[in-house]
Amino acid sequence: MIDISEPGFADPVRDAQGCFRAVLAAMSRPGSVHPITPALHPPAPLHPATAAVLLTLADPETTLWIDPALSAASPWIAFHCGAKTRAAIHDARFVLTTKFPDIEKLDRGSDEAPEDSATVILQIERLEEGPSLRLAGPGLASPTDFRATGLPADFPTIWRANHALYPRGIDLILCAGEKIASLPRSVEVS
Amino acid sequence: MSALDGYNFAYLDEQTKRMIRRALLKAVAIPGHQIPFGSREMPLPYGWGTGGIQVTAAIIGPADTLKVIDQGADDTTNAVSIRRFFASLAGVATTTRTAEATIIQTRHRIPERALTVDQIIVYQVPQPEPLSKLQPSRAETRRMHALSEYGLMHVKLYEDVARFGEIAISYDYPVMVNHRHLMSPSPIPAFDNPKLHRMAALQLFGAGREKRIYAIPPHTDVKSLDFEDHPFRASRAPHPCGICGSNSSYLDEVVTDNEGGRLFVCSDTDYCSENSK
Repeated sequence: MIDISEPGFADPVRDAQGCFRAVLAAMSRPGSVHPITPALHPPAPLHPATAAVLLTLADPETTLWIDPALSAASPWIAFHCGAKTRAAIHDARFVLTTKFPDIEKLDRGSDEAPEDSATVILQIERLEEGPSLRLAGPGLASPTDFRATGLPADFPTIWRANHALYPRGIDLILCAGEKIASLPRSVEVS
Repeated sequence: MSALDGYNFAYLDEQTKRMIRRALLKAVAIPGHQIPFGSREMPLPYGWGTGGIQVTAAIIGPADTLKVIDQGADDTTNAVSIRRFFASLAGVATTTRTAEATIIQTRHRIPERALTVDQIIVYQVPQPEPLSKLQPSRAETRRMHALSEYGLMHVKLYEDVARFGEIAISYDYPVMVNHRHLMSPSPIPAFDNPKLHRMAALQLFGAGREKRIYAIPPHTDVKSLDFEDHPFRASRAPHPCGICGSNSSYLDEVVTDNEGGRLFVCSDTDYCSENSK
């Protein structure tokens, strides 16, 4: 039996707008942490922030790859977002995962259409805790420190390879509990 | 004020908003790169800000305060009608004060007052492709952006220098964003170009007819194209404002009679009225 009993946004129009502005602010100022305000109770193991980002951005026009570790929430996502799920990670515009994926396997866009690349929605345990990273680039007045748990130990090296492809490359939205942050491809991590 | 019955909040349907929002996020991630989007028919003609209005509709919320300017003025037809559009269809607060606005939709000017990190400025863009007058093929210009091949634009600037002794572009002056993408700043006067550089506010650009969205995140390097021996220069009419006396703001020239009388006044009406107090 598919359980889709957990509701989505209480006010779909305003909640989606509020969540989008948080994502837009996060993307414009890399590493800044923003709360997701609408109260959401998605099925485990989805965090409220992850669920809100999906409800805000994914719909039947988008392709989505779901990490097997989050498959318990697949029926809820399918019912509320209606996104086309893909078996191959390369075919998805949105990659929903709890483990940072191998970016070589993701769609990183083309030189003429770098915007066709994947956006990784990474659910982690905590933001503002964990190993410290140094961010620099567009959106930041000066280099800033950023902390998150759950990123691979060699993340700066992995991200350097992603940033080297610029303007191609993937963008990252990090979700933890009721908070989000983002690392667009334009940012340098050290 | 409450939103008009029978319409969705801010006019656009939610599916369209999500499509524009996805384009906006990619635009922010690749500063200066034009993202194609499914521009909708809007209840105003192309050239009146259909791109800007769609971007504003996708980002605006009940907590926002909207300011709309046309060539710096809050009281011209285009600005008044777009402001009323969002007042009646989104029920949002509107203002003419730059300092009070959270979203500023603009046609062809940047306010004189420095914008803050909590503000978003939305530009109405007629022609998003800076190379369009040099290379009419969109397939070709896409390739030129992909290869960062902007020699053609430098040749145009060089030909200006050779013919006129200076770079003869007074508005829509091409810029390099984040050292990578050549971008049209929309037809703002070249006077406003220095404000684009490392602006604290997020800058979003919408071109409705041409179906393109692009963006500049806060604090991003934006350089007006020039040559070492012919550096970029922002120019303004060499007069004080006839109303507030400002010597630094961008001026409009107003013909006042049939005897050749003329008056130079600030193009930014909010700046001028604050300055006259």
